[in-house]
Amino acid sequence: MRRELAKEILANWNLPDVFFLTGDLGFMALEEVKSTLGTRFVNTGVAEQNMVGIAAGLAREGHKVFAYSIAPFCYARPFEQIRNDICMANLPICLIGNGGGYAYGAMGPTHHALEDCAAMSALGMRVLVPAFNEDLGPMLSSFTAPTYLRLGYDARPPKTAAPAYAPWRQLLTGSRGVLTALGPLGGVAWGALQDLPEESRPSVWVASELCTQLIPADFYDQLSENHPLYVIEEHVAAGGLAMHLAYAISQNKLPCGPLRHHYALGYPSGRYGSQSFHRAECGLDANGIRQMILAEL
Amino acid sequence: MDIKGFDDLFAKARMRLLQLHYDSQTGHLGGNLSCLQTLMVVHHLTMKPEDRFILSKGHAAGALYITLWSLGKISDQELRTYGAEGTSFPVHPSGNGIPGLLFATGSLGHGPSLAAGLALSAKQRTQPHHVYCVCSDGEWQEGSCWEALIFAVHQKLNNLTIIIDQNGLQGFGSTQEVISCSDLTPRLIAFGANVQQGSGHNSASILNALSQKSTDRPNIIVLNTVKGKGTHFEGKIESHYLPINKEQYDFAQVSHTHEQVK
Repeated sequence: MRRELAKEILANWNLPDVFFLTGDLGFMALEEVKSTLGTRFVNTGVAEQNMVGIAAGLAREGHKVFAYSIAPFCYARPFEQIRNDICMANLPICLIGNGGGYAYGAMGPTHHALEDCAAMSALGMRVLVPAFNEDLGPMLSSFTAPTYLRLGYDARPPKTAAPAYAPWRQLLTGSRGVLTALGPLGGVAWGALQDLPEESRPSVWVASELCTQLIPADFYDQLSENHPLYVIEEHVAAGGLAMHLAYAISQNKLPCGPLRHHYALGYPSGRYGSQSFHRAECGLDANGIRQMILAEL
Repeated sequence: MDIKGFDDLFAKARMRLLQLHYDSQTGHLGGNLSCLQTLMVVHHLTMKPEDRFILSKGHAAGALYITLWSLGKISDQELRTYGAEGTSFPVHPSGNGIPGLLFATGSLGHGPSLAAGLALSAKQRTQPHHVYCVCSDGEWQEGSCWEALIFAVHQKLNNLTIIIDQNGLQGFGSTQEVISCSDLTPRLIAFGANVQQGSGHNSASILNALSQKSTDRPNIIVLNTVKGKGTHFEGKIESHYLPINKEQYDFAQVSHTHEQVK
């Protein structure tokens, strides 16, 4: 989604007080942002701690700041700067982590971001995980506080239109429980289950903000003690979507069937490959999702 | 204010700093005493109202609070809450609700990047204000400081002045023992900064160094100081951690009074 991000920046964020920082990444995606923003596009070099500190200094002076890197370098290396300099000061900075989850595939485990949403959420940041390219515009329109944007790949089925953005959206109707996917996995689940009859599949939802206060009543209304709650996320279990959701359900004292949870297991085979390879190992590919549903029939 | 008048004010501030640490029974007195004169010179004799200041060595918050108190920005009543339950003035500053403090500091190595961000903003907006940042010398073992310096040199942030309180002692030894670096100056010069040196215990020397600003490079001032100056643990590692008892407080008061008379 980084090209769509570039379009969004050019369309709506080429403003006098907006800075775009990069930790020396963005080749073949951010060139036009660089040339258009001019001195407000700053390559801070291979120095993510400094990038976040610079962002905080700029934001403290009233600038809105985007700070871009690939996801693991964006949230993990400068964690303390994010905590102390951005979050303690509650500054309007959007950290953009490109390639969340296993998106960098065979580049290897140092390039994967499997616990980013939990880490950023724990700091009180708004965590955004767009599912579809069109989500970026409405997502960023209300960006006023510390924000983490995890970019991935739009995986909607061919010839489908993404529904209008909402933090939690229903993609498919169904009567056998509820499935919730984090970000791009919503598109994967949509493709995996769309040909099943409604009575054989759960309703399919996609969560694009890791904030349970944004869950609509419609979602809760579909929960039932008689059917499972399925959660799929390209993220570790600790602090991820399922844990957030379970907490919300418990707090609201809602009925709910058993949890079926597919999540990032790390590297169970000890081997590495594409994003598809890792998703398959974790049951997060279309086949794994479909089998999870069919097993309950 | 002339230097003589300032030094009288500084002497009063130093006594109040001793009292602050004695009353609150907090540590870090050594690193507060080594930079107090610098903070006072910067705030009273150098900074314009629109200038920005960052205390990167957050463990010297007491010295900064005293400086703000000497400027009338913090009341004596507020100062008496330092380090106490429910205070707005913790031992490392929160950056929340204290006039002139922009960020929470205390974890070392953050200030130079924050200051560079402030300076970059001023450049972008063609604003005339200057950004000052005070660091410790041990702090420059943090890689983030060098990241910030590389950036500031590249961006030609001549509206940035980083002052290093080079007292030669860190958490568990001297800077020479721990990391073979008793003087940061040559390394800073090698990175391309405009580096000045001086004594952090001499107002004229500090002022002189502050006046030597570059037109195209960030400025770094290395001030040689003595940790815990004028106390029973002057130049000793204990001054980094330990609070002072009544006898030690009395000793420091007499010592500083004698120095002022001289």
